[in-house]
Amino acid sequence: MKKVISLLLTLVLAAGSLALPTFAAEDKIQVNEDISVSADYDWTRFKGQNVSLNIYNWGLYISDGSDESVDVISAFEELTGIKVNYTTFDTNESMYAKLKSGGASYDVIFPSDYMLGKMANEGMLLPLNKENIPNLAGISELYLDKEYDPGNVYSVPYMWCMVGITYNKDMVDEADLEQGWNLLWDPRYTGQILQFNNSRDCFAMALKTLGRSMNPTSTQDIDDALVKLQEQKPLVQAYVMDEVFDKMEGGEAALAPYYTGDGLTMIAENPSLGMFLPEEGTLQCVDAMCIPASSQNQEAAEMFINYMCEVDVALQNALFVQYTSPVEAVRELLPAELRDSELMYPDPALIERSEYPSVISDELNSAMDMAWSQMKSFDDTGNQWLVPVFLLVAIAMTVFNVWRRRARKKRRQMY
Amino acid sequence: MIKNRKLAAPYLVWMVVFILVPLAIVTYFAFTDKAGNFTLENLMIIGQYSTVFVRSLLLAAEATVICLVLSFPVSYFLSRQRAAKQKIFLMLVMLPMWMNFLLRTYAWMSLLENNGIINRILGFFGIGPFQMIYTSGAVVLGMVYNFLPYMILPLYTAMTKIDNSVIEAAQDLGAGMFKTLTKVLIPLSAPGIATGITMVFVPSVSTFIISRMLGGGSNMLIGDLIELQFLGNSYNYNLGSALSLVLMVIVLLCMSFTNGFDDEDMEGVV
Amino acid sequence: MKKQHLAALQKVYLCLIFSFLYVPIAVMMVFSFNESKSRTLFTGFTLKWYKSLLHNEMILEALWLSLVVAFLAATVATILGVMASIGISGMKKRTQGVINTVSYLPVVNPEIITGVSLMMLFVVYVNVAHWLNSNPEVPGFLKFLPENIFGFGTLLIAHITFCVPYVIFNVAPKLRRMDVRMYEAALDLGCNPRQAFFKVVLPELMPAILSAFLISLTYSIDDFIISYFSCGTLQTLPIAIYSMTRKKVSPEINALSTIMFVAILCIILVSNALESRSYRKKRVKE
Repeated sequence: MKKVISLLLTLVLAAGSLALPTFAAEDKIQVNEDISVSADYDWTRFKGQNVSLNIYNWGLYISDGSDESVDVISAFEELTGIKVNYTTFDTNESMYAKLKSGGASYDVIFPSDYMLGKMANEGMLLPLNKENIPNLAGISELYLDKEYDPGNVYSVPYMWCMVGITYNKDMVDEADLEQGWNLLWDPRYTGQILQFNNSRDCFAMALKTLGRSMNPTSTQDIDDALVKLQEQKPLVQAYVMDEVFDKMEGGEAALAPYYTGDGLTMIAENPSLGMFLPEEGTLQCVDAMCIPASSQNQEAAEMFINYMCEVDVALQNALFVQYTSPVEAVRELLPAELRDSELMYPDPALIERSEYPSVISDELNSAMDMAWSQMKSFDDTGNQWLVPVFLLVAIAMTVFNVWRRRARKKRRQMY
Repeated sequence: MIKNRKLAAPYLVWMVVFILVPLAIVTYFAFTDKAGNFTLENLMIIGQYSTVFVRSLLLAAEATVICLVLSFPVSYFLSRQRAAKQKIFLMLVMLPMWMNFLLRTYAWMSLLENNGIINRILGFFGIGPFQMIYTSGAVVLGMVYNFLPYMILPLYTAMTKIDNSVIEAAQDLGAGMFKTLTKVLIPLSAPGIATGITMVFVPSVSTFIISRMLGGGSNMLIGDLIELQFLGNSYNYNLGSALSLVLMVIVLLCMSFTNGFDDEDMEGVV
Repeated sequence: MKKQHLAALQKVYLCLIFSFLYVPIAVMMVFSFNESKSRTLFTGFTLKWYKSLLHNEMILEALWLSLVVAFLAATVATILGVMASIGISGMKKRTQGVINTVSYLPVVNPEIITGVSLMMLFVVYVNVAHWLNSNPEVPGFLKFLPENIFGFGTLLIAHITFCVPYVIFNVAPKLRRMDVRMYEAALDLGCNPRQAFFKVVLPELMPAILSAFLISLTYSIDDFIISYFSCGTLQTLPIAIYSMTRKKVSPEINALSTIMFVAILCIILVSNALESRSYRKKRVKE
């Protein structure tokens, strides 16, 4: 039965936005023209109860109705009568800081692997009641039961990706791609490299070029990686996160390591861009859906998570964000160029060589934060003359002050 | 007149709870570690960030000086216009200030980029392209652009009080342009200069958005560093509080300096 | 001859400065009508960004929140500030000085410090409330403090806090300069103090109160930094704008700027026109 439905759906998709079939299969509830959800789930139990959910997700990470996509959030609101208050963050760390401070109470958050593990260890997450998330069964085993959350007690994977390097074919010699990660340290691209504005990914890359695991295992690793990153700093145009879209699409920079899904989005926007996954191995990442311990609406939150794992919803999200959806049935429904994309479904051998960011100790974490701030504020060029000039300004101001006082005294004497 | 001191009570409570207590909390966190024990370590760590402090102070000082130099003639010219014209010009100066500063800063991004409008125009004449965005120059520019009206307005207010006859008298007595400037205009507009300097310097030294949008994250300023400790990557309230404390001291020091000559000059003028 | 040169120079200089102030805004306005998403190449005229902006719920909700917060904060701040000004005016010079200095703190302190310190206050409160609520040794009647306070309440408190000083600094000088004899005359003519206040003092202060209210309103709508630290899950308009600039930028943001600029221009022009009309009327009467 499921196959038939997916076949039908493919046909519908293939037909594009033609007149819509008014029928929906018996075990489906049709929410709108693109989304139908399984009928054997009580979606409406919160209707009329004035429940609202605070969702905290990465920016640009859901099919939200922009650019003619399907708005999956408003479909959820329509289906369940639950009001969604959707806000976004741009790094795991800022999300963590906001939650940790008690600065906000969210119901569903989307942390990445290592952050998820850290938050679970710190008791910041609620164990999920899997009875409320039957769609968990549709998730591919490839993405379940990982080191960061054994047995998926706290999380349901939402999207998967790898870190690759986006490059502008007009600015980068394709022969150079052989260099792998070292390309980001190539002085020929000075001022044309955009680097992650997050410590974890930067340190992972630096460690890889040193031939070590992408996860730091000692403070020695961090010190060495710091040297490497400081060496890279003069080559870097800017440290960015989602600003990378604008920059790369507009041809502002030649190279930028970023996530595969976003790479696909950028390539679709500007065909002179390309992305490659360094052969020596890279990071693979999962962003998962979790419920913070402070949530007041666990059941409604689980309903949202279950909804996000519906095949139609996952498909729309995958089409919009272009990341790899862990929902198994999605792959078959994707257009051919995505289904066969090396970036969306990379070579298993490469995945084998790649690592998940692991949960690292607090000590290493704070060492890394320290090193990161140090790296960002380290200035190779301005260091020597900054202080003298500052002193000069201070002296000038003092002299001015003294001179003014004297001038006034003179004036007084004249009266 | 109306001696009802009780009316001030709600505000006094508000003031203590939401102005004094928060500052006390910041001070407390600045001198304690995560476990709540007294420590000076937070303040000592800041030494490692001295480049950030120096850069912040320096960029803010540059922006202030540039603002002062640019605004002085503007304010002078404005103050010599007819009253009706003055009003229109003043409005023109204030108008951009009413727009949110994020939008104003954002506007500069598309102008300064490598393929941005300025570089395109320069390219048309066969010059460039120049790397303009993500430099410290871009940050200073952002500060100047955002805070220029804060310098123009107080200067203008001070200068409207200078009577034309004073300037004419100076010229009649043989003072050249430079002499008139240094002996008459600058001393008489000093209160405005002092206010202007504080009003530009304080927001410049503590900004964290301008540097992020135009500086590309590698020209960190104190503001960025503080934000990083509270809502960003680092998550270290104690260090963040210590940084805030130091910033506060710097600003109050500057204030006392400029206010110092504010008072003195006030007596001279009034 | 020399004067002419100077006058020309002066014109050129003013032109340069004003173009420095307005070119970026003009560029944004032009590109809000741009057909493509490019921020640097104009490819054709369209109004679609305005249309999509009007359908952007995030922006509309943020705008609504900003207006509500600004209105409430300005109202509370004005009431609090006027009461405080009157109360303070009856105090000793020394006490007045101390209170003024403290009130001055949020004005002179960098915004980021006001924001951070308020956030710390709320965080400490959350921790205390959590400790009280979860500690079994604490008697039950003490477990009433809500823990999830970040949101509308904290935002409002923060906005009121940075608005009140502006109200006080606007109203207090007016109060000081007011003629006490007016108030006394009202008392002599049979008003009780309350009537005298509402019929004589308040009308006299009204312009200052009104301008204080407007200043608070604009500061509150415009504030980003302080809100950023105390908003919880909410988004005011400046915060929404910030989150827009951090993502793939859509020309909607240009459209938004243009609308805001035009709206502000209209408000200023109208208020100026009204002002000059009432000014003229006054002169006619005299």
